[in-house]
Amino acid sequence: MDKEPSAAAGQDLPDELIIEIIDMHKWFGDFHVLQGINLTVHKQERIVICGPSGSGKSTLIRCINRLEEHQRGHIIVDGIELTNNIKNIEKIRMEVGMVFQHFNLFPHLSIVENLTLGPIWVRKTAKKQAEETAMYYLEKVHIAEQAKKYPGQLSGGQQQRVAIARSLCMNPKVMLFDEPTSALDPEMIKEVLDVMIELAQEGMTMIVVTHEMGFAKSVAHRVLFMDSGQIVEGNTPEAFFENPQHDRTKLFLSQILH
Amino acid sequence: MANVIQPSRIEEIKPPVVHVGAIGWLKTNLFNNWFNSVLTVVTILFLLKTVPPFIRWAFIDSVWNTPSQACRHATGACWSIIPHNYRFIIFGFFPYNLQWRPLLAMIILFVLLFFSQNRKHWKKSLAYSWIAGLFIMWLLLKGGLFGLASVDSTQWGGLLLTLLLSVFGLTAAYPLGVVLALGRQSKLPTVKMLSIVYIEAIRGVPLISLLFMASIIFPLFLPEGVTINKILRAQIAIILFTAAYIAEVVRGGLQAMVRGQYEAAESLGLNYYQTMRLIILPQALKIVIPPTVSILISAFKDTSLVVIIALYDLLKTTQTVLSDPRWMGYSREAYIFVSIIYFLGCFSMSNYSRKLEKELSRGD
Repeated sequence: MDKEPSAAAGQDLPDELIIEIIDMHKWFGDFHVLQGINLTVHKQERIVICGPSGSGKSTLIRCINRLEEHQRGHIIVDGIELTNNIKNIEKIRMEVGMVFQHFNLFPHLSIVENLTLGPIWVRKTAKKQAEETAMYYLEKVHIAEQAKKYPGQLSGGQQQRVAIARSLCMNPKVMLFDEPTSALDPEMIKEVLDVMIELAQEGMTMIVVTHEMGFAKSVAHRVLFMDSGQIVEGNTPEAFFENPQHDRTKLFLSQILH
Repeated sequence: MANVIQPSRIEEIKPPVVHVGAIGWLKTNLFNNWFNSVLTVVTILFLLKTVPPFIRWAFIDSVWNTPSQACRHATGACWSIIPHNYRFIIFGFFPYNLQWRPLLAMIILFVLLFFSQNRKHWKKSLAYSWIAGLFIMWLLLKGGLFGLASVDSTQWGGLLLTLLLSVFGLTAAYPLGVVLALGRQSKLPTVKMLSIVYIEAIRGVPLISLLFMASIIFPLFLPEGVTINKILRAQIAIILFTAAYIAEVVRGGLQAMVRGQYEAAESLGLNYYQTMRLIILPQALKIVIPPTVSILISAFKDTSLVVIIALYDLLKTTQTVLSDPRWMGYSREAYIFVSIIYFLGCFSMSNYSRKLEKELSRGD
């Protein structure tokens, strides 16, 4: 891929870029998992990434907050280039929230402690204020009454909503979602997607790896399709679903939309 | 609609009856097949053969507080050995008229331990109390200040010495072991290599040889005129030895942690020390409480090995009493007494660890 997918729906977005990825490559051993990724994300833009498993979509967003290291090219987040500089990495991680497939809540801490940990230790917020913020976001994900419980006592859907609130407490500029509903029972997917849709309506910048095509249609500015470590195609949801350009995209869509 | 069961019917069904009184319990637990029945009968016969004679020896025919001559005529246990010698067993060669000082020191130690076992008290004030307590204890044992007569540490012994070696040995070995475990997992090659070499070297030698090295070989390397307290050398050997074992147990706990926990902590922006201190260690150390306590318990008992470098710990003072011609031959009684003391120490450790596990498992 040498040409970046166009941001067709980007006209109403601010001009400012929040993420810039230029010709980025990554290998796992000999396996070339990301092969020249070019991607720019505007502030408040919402991007959905889909593609078959093993296509590198999770690896791509994990590179954005340096959970994975890229080996060639550039990644610039919020004006800071990701290098081995650990201070810069920590600065970027403060601004980039991440939600995982398996929630990854801290099981030895109560829900409210899970939420205040980052603000207290990383942002150096006072404990009382951090707790107020935590309650505000728990309210927002409709789970305030569970604040004193422990993660193991909640259902999967509730845990994932707590995980979203935990990221929001850091007041991030970008939110990354790595298959947030894939580990959930079917009846819990909606409650998590609803929270994500509310978040989208408030103008959060989001990059979401998901197979929830309904979600993509209703909130995404752009849908990217990845295969074999490349961004094959990117377009507005309407164009992407109605009129896919590449054969691989068509094949993928025919497999997941029944 | 014939298949629909009425809700009221469901409530009426009760769980099947499992127990029916004492006889039912016996039947299901002790006589449920021929093999178990035979085992039960054999066990009962064995207990009948051993328990009554023991009770007769220990309690009925025994003498409790008599001069040693009277013991020669008793057919049962001669517990008199304990009241006549307990002060030597507990305080060793500490000057007889000053023994209130180690007694007070041990009471302070027990009070501090008692308060420390409740996690609600884990605050700054407890740390200050420990610092103050340790200073007072040291003052009481060593003397030489505020008009207290000076006592040389070579005179420390008995239960006092065993407690000092184990309490300070274990509390120092634990954090050192955790640091070594983290070192062994480190990405820095030097730190990793040093930790591995240390752990494997220490685990490769018996504690006895470490104690010998500390007491005999180590002083050879010191410049002339410089001596380091023998108890301190034994203490350091115990700490270094125990830490290596704790390190390997803690490493097991660290390996049980899933990668997601590290990733979640990192993606919040926590640095390495915060991630370890707040997320990884609290969970990993909790997982390994049972094996850790096993190591601490065996380290507590291993302090008795210091006899081989001529320190008079609890076991050695007891043996010394037994070499007194008046009390020769009453080793059973003396060793039962010592085992009870060791048992109380070990049992309270294992009890406390279970309590701690329960408290820490709230979230599961």
